[in-house]
Amino acid sequence: MPNIIAVVCASYGLAQSVCDGEDLPARAERFFRSDHTNNWAVLVCTSRFWFNYRHVANTLSVYRSVKRLGIPDSHIVLMLADDMACNHRNPKPATVFSHKNMELNVYGDDVEVDYRGYEVTVENFLRVLTGRLPPSTPRSKRLLSDDHSNILIYLTGHGGNGFLKFQDSEEISNVELADAFEQMWQKRRYNELLFIIDTCQGASMYERFYSPNLMALASSQVGEDSLSHQPDLAIGVHLMDRYTFYLLEFLEDIHPASQANMNDLFKVCPKSQCVSTPGHRTDLFQRDPGSVLITDFFGSVRKVEITMETINLTVPGIPLERFGGEPHTETALAYVDQLPVAQIIHQKPKQKDWHPPDGFILGLWTLILLVFFRTYGIKHLKHIF
Amino acid sequence: IGMKVRPVLSDPEKQRGRSAAVAIAALVIAAGIPLWWKTTETYRAWLPAARISELEALQLELRVEVEVVFARGTLSPEQQKKVPASRITYESCCKSKSLCLVEADHALHTLTETSCGSVVIYIIPEASALLPQDMRVYVGRSRTALLRSQVASVVGAGLPEVLAALDPQMEQVLQTMSFNHQDVTAALTDRLRPGLSTRDSLADSMRAFKSSPGYEITFSLLNPDPKHHQLHWDVEAALDAYIYPLLHKMAPVANFSVDSQILYYAVLGVNPRYDASASAYTLSADSLAHVINPVEARLGSNAASSNPVLNFLLYVPDSLHSPLIIRNDQKQEVASNAFHSPRWGGIMVYNVDGAYGNDTQFPVDIAIDMSRVMGVFLSQLRLMLGFQQTGAPPGFVLEAAGREGVAEWELDRLLWSRSVENVATASASITSLAQLLDQIANIVINDNIAQQVASAVTALQAAVAELEAGNLALALEHSREAISASERAFFDPSLLHLLYFPDDQKFAIYIPLFLPMCVPILLSLLKIFREVQQHRAEKRAKRD
Repeated sequence: MPNIIAVVCASYGLAQSVCDGEDLPARAERFFRSDHTNNWAVLVCTSRFWFNYRHVANTLSVYRSVKRLGIPDSHIVLMLADDMACNHRNPKPATVFSHKNMELNVYGDDVEVDYRGYEVTVENFLRVLTGRLPPSTPRSKRLLSDDHSNILIYLTGHGGNGFLKFQDSEEISNVELADAFEQMWQKRRYNELLFIIDTCQGASMYERFYSPNLMALASSQVGEDSLSHQPDLAIGVHLMDRYTFYLLEFLEDIHPASQANMNDLFKVCPKSQCVSTPGHRTDLFQRDPGSVLITDFFGSVRKVEITMETINLTVPGIPLERFGGEPHTETALAYVDQLPVAQIIHQKPKQKDWHPPDGFILGLWTLILLVFFRTYGIKHLKHIF
Repeated sequence: IGMKVRPVLSDPEKQRGRSAAVAIAALVIAAGIPLWWKTTETYRAWLPAARISELEALQLELRVEVEVVFARGTLSPEQQKKVPASRITYESCCKSKSLCLVEADHALHTLTETSCGSVVIYIIPEASALLPQDMRVYVGRSRTALLRSQVASVVGAGLPEVLAALDPQMEQVLQTMSFNHQDVTAALTDRLRPGLSTRDSLADSMRAFKSSPGYEITFSLLNPDPKHHQLHWDVEAALDAYIYPLLHKMAPVANFSVDSQILYYAVLGVNPRYDASASAYTLSADSLAHVINPVEARLGSNAASSNPVLNFLLYVPDSLHSPLIIRNDQKQEVASNAFHSPRWGGIMVYNVDGAYGNDTQFPVDIAIDMSRVMGVFLSQLRLMLGFQQTGAPPGFVLEAAGREGVAEWELDRLLWSRSVENVATASASITSLAQLLDQIANIVINDNIAQQVASAVTALQAAVAELEAGNLALALEHSREAISASERAFFDPSLLHLLYFPDDQKFAIYIPLFLPMCVPILLSLLKIFREVQQHRAEKRAKRD
């Protein structure tokens, strides 16, 4: 149905353009496929401790996909509750792998974590969503969305029926989450919102939503557990959860100009692969999911318009100098001497201070002497002294 | 042995026991329960709920002051007698026919002082040669319009009839110069049901930034090829000459902070295709959407403020890919060689291959023609700030803004829609905040929030009153105050509600604390009550 409308309007546009050279209806049609002008992503990992490595890997793989499809770091709020890449137990430091045999390092070179460690709390998460941050919060830690922003929210961790556990010490309930989204809607902080949750009994978290333009996906129904995918024997923990593993596989096939829609996303990880039954909720969403592109939420496809009008500023108010044939009279710039090289070269070799032999040497020699005198008898002592 | 002996209490002891129990119960009920209630309640400062509920049914009335001036020769002599002339001046400037429109407009502008939001319409005779033959209306750079009409032929020559005859034309002028139905609904788009506004106005509202107390504008020069091109751009002087006048005029609307930067080795994310027919590299309209994202990662932004950022990029293609032209959907070359993205900014491609030949020594010094660049950026900036591309209605001549960047009536148009938008947003914030605080009973409302809400409501009512009176400048000021106070109140960090406690959890907390204390008190009260009853029954039996 949407395709037919598009064709009709385009042809109308062409007919009109013969008359006035403007394809306003076709241009407007492209505008109205979706109402958003920018994209944001809030990616949260709520569990700490080394054995919850897979939750950090989940979040980082969604982060990687979202960055690859175009959303810049300034529009991503990444919250990781624990540091796995630089964890003492990580046999491969500065890496977080998502496939066994260490095929894919999702940590990469330019990860920008906005909330780390103990900063990931229920309070901070709700503050980010509702915008009630203290005035000293820097820009990178804020969700500066407006009424034409599409937001992707991804939560992962340990959850139960109606709650999600943060940091092993507190929890957020589905009622609080629904209220937070309603407050976002009241202030028109989003145009459309996609909520994905990968926890046990994840579907309970979106049961209580009541604000418009929300679409939700969960990895398991109430009463089911979301299972992890595969352990890696070298690292020693499970690397990813099943749902996010197949989600990442699906997203790797998406490129910024892709036309895949939400119905394909709903089919990710059927029961045969996931063991749990993924669920989704679209009744609060106004558009038909088949017409919603994946890149509407995971990517950042900008709308552009050609600039038709320009202003003629012929006579400049202030004459601007021409740089054409100016001779280069500047002196060559040089760095100030950082090291006093002259002093170093002509320096006398520094006297090494004498240190008494340390414990190891002492112990070694004592051992040797003991063994010698033990073997050959104490009477040889007079030969030495 | 092992027998339970009940202590026999004498009467005064029993009395003392009874009064002790009653006293404890009285203390608990009279002092304990209020104390517990008081100490567990959340502090909620008083909010003006009545005034806030009035805001929900807010009716906006917008009033434009119009001054109609009849030039010589438009009214017949008997009409002239009947029209109450507040000022009869003979404008000598209109007599000479060789005067051009712009000069006439300028001369007329100096005659009357127009306040912000008002419009002056000069009625000139049909036979006047100032306007071209088929044009009826000329709208100048300030708030004046020239309307060509013949009212001498109107029958019944009083003032009301004359004005009634001019009404439809004047309304058209006002709709172009001040506001019309579409503008107002566009300013209220997110508060209205979808489908009420037209697509053009919706596209305009998507393109322009929402009303905000400040904006950051960044001008960036992208030089992917510093080995060959050494670019010089005198951006400070250009900003002084072309952009700052516009921003200065916009000062009542918002604060602006402008900065500029040069990025080296910054490439567009799209490979342009070589077109042999034009002997140039081309970027098609479809690929433009993918240009912005790789570049955006490298543009900085001011970390200290949360204001929306407008980016204007000037891209000078590297020598291998010069010249680079942009093609639109119909594969035609775009004159400005620039494109813009709604709510983000604009990018212009500036080709410098004409400035040097093949055998010059690299790097070549190139000075960028800032007037051409700023012409494009200025028009993009106008679009981003909300000055719509109004198509002139048939028969109208709209004077282009020229070097000042914006005409006064265009600014007035923006001020009208901004005031309406601010009033709508502020009232929506206040009403939803009041609703939220009502619903969630355990949010603490501090004094400063109550103060912000009260001042926002006051400012809102003042803004509505000024809009009704037609004082646009004051209305805008009040509406800005209202929206900043309401935003501060809504987004105050202390308004995070305490964790959600379901009712059964509340019972689970209070019962172990209060039940052991209340059970003895209740039982003793019951016992006292039963004894009193018994005593009374005995007394009645004795009497009888």
